[in-house]
Amino acid sequence: MDHLERLEAQSVFILREAFREFKNLVMLWSIGKDSTVLLWLAKKAFFGHVPIPLMHINTNYKIPEMIEYRDSFALKWNLNMIYGLNEKALREKQTFPDGACDRITCCRNLKSEALKHTLSGEWTRYRMDHSLKKYVVDTNREPYTGVIVGVRADEEGSRSKERYFSPRDKKNEWDVGDQPPEFWNQFKTDFAPGTHVRIHPLLDWTELNIWEYIEKEKIPVVSLYFNQGDGKRYRSLGCFPCTNSIVSKSRNVKEIIEELKSGKLSNIAERSGREQDKEDNGLETLRRDGYM
Amino acid sequence: MKREQLNIVIVGHVDHGKSTVIGRLLADTNSLPEGKLDTVKQWCKKNARPFEYAFLLDALKDEQTQGITIDTARCFFKTTNRDYIILDAPGHIEFLKNMITGASRAEAALLVIDAKEGIQENSKRHGHMVALLGIRQVSILVNKMDLVGYDYKAFQKIKDEYTDFLEAIHIKPVSFIPISAREGANIVSLSDIMPWYKGLSVLEQVDDFQKSELAIELPFRFPVQDIYKFTASGDNRRIIAGNITTGSLKQGDRVKFLPSGKESVINKIEGFNISEKEYAYAGEAIGVTLTTQVYIKLGELMIKADDKELLVSSYFKANIFWVGKAPMLKHKTYKLKINAAKVNVKLIDIKNVLDASDLSSNQNKKQIDRHDVAECFFETSKPIAFDLANQIETTGRFVIIDNYEIVGGGIILDSIALDESSLQKHIRKREFVWEKSSVTPSERTSVYRHNSKFIIFTGEEPDAKKQICKALERKLFDEGFKVYFLGVANIKHGIDEDISDQFEISDEYIRRLGELARIMTDSGQIFITNLSNPDDFDLEKLKLLNKPNEILVINVGNNNLHTYQVDLNFEENIETKKAVHQVFELLRQNEVILDYVI
Repeated sequence: MDHLERLEAQSVFILREAFREFKNLVMLWSIGKDSTVLLWLAKKAFFGHVPIPLMHINTNYKIPEMIEYRDSFALKWNLNMIYGLNEKALREKQTFPDGACDRITCCRNLKSEALKHTLSGEWTRYRMDHSLKKYVVDTNREPYTGVIVGVRADEEGSRSKERYFSPRDKKNEWDVGDQPPEFWNQFKTDFAPGTHVRIHPLLDWTELNIWEYIEKEKIPVVSLYFNQGDGKRYRSLGCFPCTNSIVSKSRNVKEIIEELKSGKLSNIAERSGREQDKEDNGLETLRRDGYM
Repeated sequence: MKREQLNIVIVGHVDHGKSTVIGRLLADTNSLPEGKLDTVKQWCKKNARPFEYAFLLDALKDEQTQGITIDTARCFFKTTNRDYIILDAPGHIEFLKNMITGASRAEAALLVIDAKEGIQENSKRHGHMVALLGIRQVSILVNKMDLVGYDYKAFQKIKDEYTDFLEAIHIKPVSFIPISAREGANIVSLSDIMPWYKGLSVLEQVDDFQKSELAIELPFRFPVQDIYKFTASGDNRRIIAGNITTGSLKQGDRVKFLPSGKESVINKIEGFNISEKEYAYAGEAIGVTLTTQVYIKLGELMIKADDKELLVSSYFKANIFWVGKAPMLKHKTYKLKINAAKVNVKLIDIKNVLDASDLSSNQNKKQIDRHDVAECFFETSKPIAFDLANQIETTGRFVIIDNYEIVGGGIILDSIALDESSLQKHIRKREFVWEKSSVTPSERTSVYRHNSKFIIFTGEEPDAKKQICKALERKLFDEGFKVYFLGVANIKHGIDEDISDQFEISDEYIRRLGELARIMTDSGQIFITNLSNPDDFDLEKLKLLNKPNEILVINVGNNNLHTYQVDLNFEENIETKKAVHQVFELLRQNEVILDYVI
């Protein structure tokens, strides 16, 4: 088995553990390359099916192409697709692009808060109705207690300490100092009723592994990752006011892999185009509050 | 060609310099992304602290303030040969569970010892853990050589002393390397400052570790992780899913499931976005379909049908390490997870508890305390399938769960024989103190015109079964017999209400039902119940619990049984009236109902 095959087998194992143990399970799909690989791995784990609902947190500031891509694959793959958003903050213009707050507060409002309340079912969920081919208000308000997330340990410091199965407390907070042990391939999958658990099947993958797997499996990813002729592309996707493209000539997956291996990107942090990380302790502060 | 990746864990006593070693390795091999080094330097400047290599790893606030590693962090680093994940395990005793989490995923270990401070308790404890966790390659880094003047004798003293310790726990270290992580001596290449050392540098040693090969040559083992049927999406395959832990599988192989003992043949190896697969090997996450429908349970172990080596038992001896806040107590019920199976388990006896600091063993301990390593005996509530860890490591490991938390892990040393199971012992004691009624069983028999009996209906068709049960109760009652049918819901939401949301309820559920049956049959009644899908072990247990009275098992349609011989077997579409008539006849034949008194 080569390294990618081992990573795939381990991720599939974790997805199947999660599916067996959690009744109210959901998978976050940010439309980015990592969670798209995760979606593909679910198809691997469940033999072409995706028996787990997918959730996207919209901010209304996502690059429009991301939403088009999301919906076309939701229909094509018959996904149980759900999205939610912070309607109040958007209505009251409590956002960074509106000039009402800084980037971190904006992320907290539009992403962390929206995620928390959409998971719990307190805020409206919109579900893709496959016969109408559009979103309708979801009548299911049951809280999701198991959440599958595509974070990788190599992204940034705080993510390197995550467990595959990571409990969050009632307020969705993460106690880094007292995490459950994971021995061999035995994970903590027993939880007191009401515990909220994050599941991280991609923890051991690197950015390069992700692209190599996309190439190997020919996984369709959103075209924003590729240079369309203007010498720019996105390396990491987010909201357009806070995500910068990078200068890169890579037009396809193969060229991205080459660029990551030998080119100038091999030495620059992946999230360097994400502005919120640059504020004092940005991502870590957000993660403690339940950010993905 | 994809690059190889190796997981290495770095362990050792607190403050012996693990983080500095990693920081050095990352920096000196140019493995740091630009962004990271800048962040750390800026942080140092802001906090008026001199830059240290250890800070590179202290990515979180907590650690920067406390100055110790609290959790395993993964660091990615590469050499020209291959890629590495370095797992930085905390050295502080309080965080032993975090250290084990990191170490259990590693294929090789670097164990750091402070040259000045020498061997400390956790130097030994971690060495012991590394052995228990099955890491075969260990290199010892004697760090802070700058503090002892790069003295050969100081290095040799630690080497001799620690070699003796490792020998006692059957570990052969691959090397001892004198280093100074702070000064960068012997990290990437050999330093002139210790000309007496002629071995490998840390980096060379890391590149010299061997990738542990997946055990394809070992016997085939496949824990049944789940069974899927996506009928709603128009897929009628019944797929048995899991990862092959050892060995290989070929389409058409005859397989056996343990502990049930059921057999079938592999129809197809299934997958998504793959070409037709004739073979599958250790490490792969696959699914299989079978040529025949056999009812197997999640957690069973699939092996080749002709393979005899696997053990099935309720009793075993194991080496365990305990990280629970509360001690492990004898005769308390815990959960055991082994491979994909979950059962209840009890600690029966402690052979000895090892004191990691001086390797002495204590044979008189009555409990296993936090951070203890102990050799002890266990009994599971049902037989489990396992290998001995020294034969096939992956299928000989388990974890113990208490109150939702993983509190210990262990490796199985041997299967053992007990003269008497805990259940047998319980029944012997119970019968000894049983308060006998002044009305004797024979008096009841002559008045009621029948003997008492516990009748269990099994099978997968709940409605058909229930109908027969109720009709039988009516028929017996109308004949004037003392009879009672207990519906499942009556106990599920009554006596068993407190256990209804627990993850492995069947053991306790069966126990309570059996105790209830003992009372009902003692009262002279014909006691009927209906079980959804008991296995052989459940029925054996009910039979024992109902002693000295007797049980009768009647099956309707498909079931989960393999070896248990039922007393009567009906097709699933049996006519109720006909079934009742046959059961009645059986009761007559078995002299439950006594003809002569009519």
